Amino acid sequence: MPDLKARIEALLFASDQPLRFDRLLSLLEADTESLRNALQQLQHEYYHPGRGIVLQEVAGGFQLRTRPEYAPWVLKLTRSRALRLSRAATETLAVVAYRQPITRAEVEYLRGVDSGGVLRALMEKQLVRCVGKKDVPGRPLLYGTGQKFLELFGLKGLSDLPQLSEFAGDEDLALSMELDFDHAE
Amino acid sequence: MSYRIKLEQFEGPLDLLLHLVVKSEMDIYDIQIAQITAQYLDYLSLMKAHQLDVAGEFLVMAATLLHIKSRTLLPASPRDEENDEGVDPRAELVQRLLEYRRYKEGAEKLEAYPQLNRDVFIRPEQSMQEEGPSEAVPADLNDSPVSLFELVEALRRVLQDKPPPAPHTIISSPWSVEQGMRLLRRRLNGEEYVSFEQCFSGVTGRSEVIVVFIAMLELVKLGQLRLVQLNPQGTIYLYPQPELHSDRCVAALAPHSCEEL
Repeated sequence: MPDLKARIEALLFASDQPLRFDRLLSLLEADTESLRNALQQLQHEYYHPGRGIVLQEVAGGFQLRTRPEYAPWVLKLTRSRALRLSRAATETLAVVAYRQPITRAEVEYLRGVDSGGVLRALMEKQLVRCVGKKDVPGRPLLYGTGQKFLELFGLKGLSDLPQLSEFAGDEDLALSMELDFDHAE
Repeated sequence: MSYRIKLEQFEGPLDLLLHLVVKSEMDIYDIQIAQITAQYLDYLSLMKAHQLDVAGEFLVMAATLLHIKSRTLLPASPRDEENDEGVDPRAELVQRLLEYRRYKEGAEKLEAYPQLNRDVFIRPEQSMQEEGPSEAVPADLNDSPVSLFELVEALRRVLQDKPPPAPHTIISSPWSVEQGMRLLRRRLNGEEYVSFEQCFSGVTGRSEVIVVFIAMLELVKLGQLRLVQLNPQGTIYLYPQPELHSDRCVAALAPHSCEEL
């Protein structure tokens, strides 16, 4: 299928969200091997100096995105201000992303500050969502990150998060935290 | 003459403490509690002097620091030594600081990533009408159950577009749940499936949306309706079950007309 690459490009161009591999597979009626090759070729072609967009793997799918260095021009086009997350929001988001599923009390213990308002704002932006209830007295809500979080930072998945520095006694802390909450409740 | 001093912004007591430890070039594993406590309290009084509200969390940390300081000054009682085997009173604080530092660094690394709508852009959302489930519906609807949280999220999205209730007005809901059920029955009549959002098109008020939502839950409970979601965070679809249209007894309970729907 010589025009497979062109058909993928057309779909990616027209889609407003990342297209998953199996979705492309069923839409294009192609076989796995040739689709994977075509995607790789396309990705390679975009990844070339002088191009304004890249083909990126985001949130389990493929998406065309503009290159960061051309942000000022795109912002002029859309006449919008760049969206910025506050420090508190980024910090809370990081805690939720690395430690999910996590309750509000646990977020607040780790950050040392009240985080209810920030969590609510992040929920409104759909970056954070409720994923369940913790099986402890009071059944507090558990928070996790959603699809929109991966899309915001252009991550393939949660395993794509930046590596955290390690330190000794990590497990001990998790244990002492649990004990702390037993006392608090 | 007045002059202003710019205070650095701290996210919380842990952030401030970490800053003080780094600034005085202390080993985080061997914090000089007396020195750090003095610096911390100095900073709090500086905040107060500038008429900044000192949040309660900062005061709790001040109390914790003073508590640790007093414990390091006192000789350990023999009983304590038996129980705790001489645990360093600073241990928990150090662990919290280390943990906090990890997530702070994680947040800083994330912050440096190219962000959507700040550094990189995609095609804006399109308002193309979704025709239906984009993928083949599994034969067994039990395979794609909808979680409670997804359902609440879908309701929140529908309510988002509705005007908020006017203040200082007591609203008596003009609709009953039975009417809501009738509306849903009519919408679903002859359809294989209807999307969650479609059920609420033409339903203008928030209280009406809630009545229709309760009616939806009621129909699910009666086994006359199935909710299906194929993708996580995807559209929720309503699948009428054969019992939906044969059951007329509930509709008969509400003789009021709801032609205005």
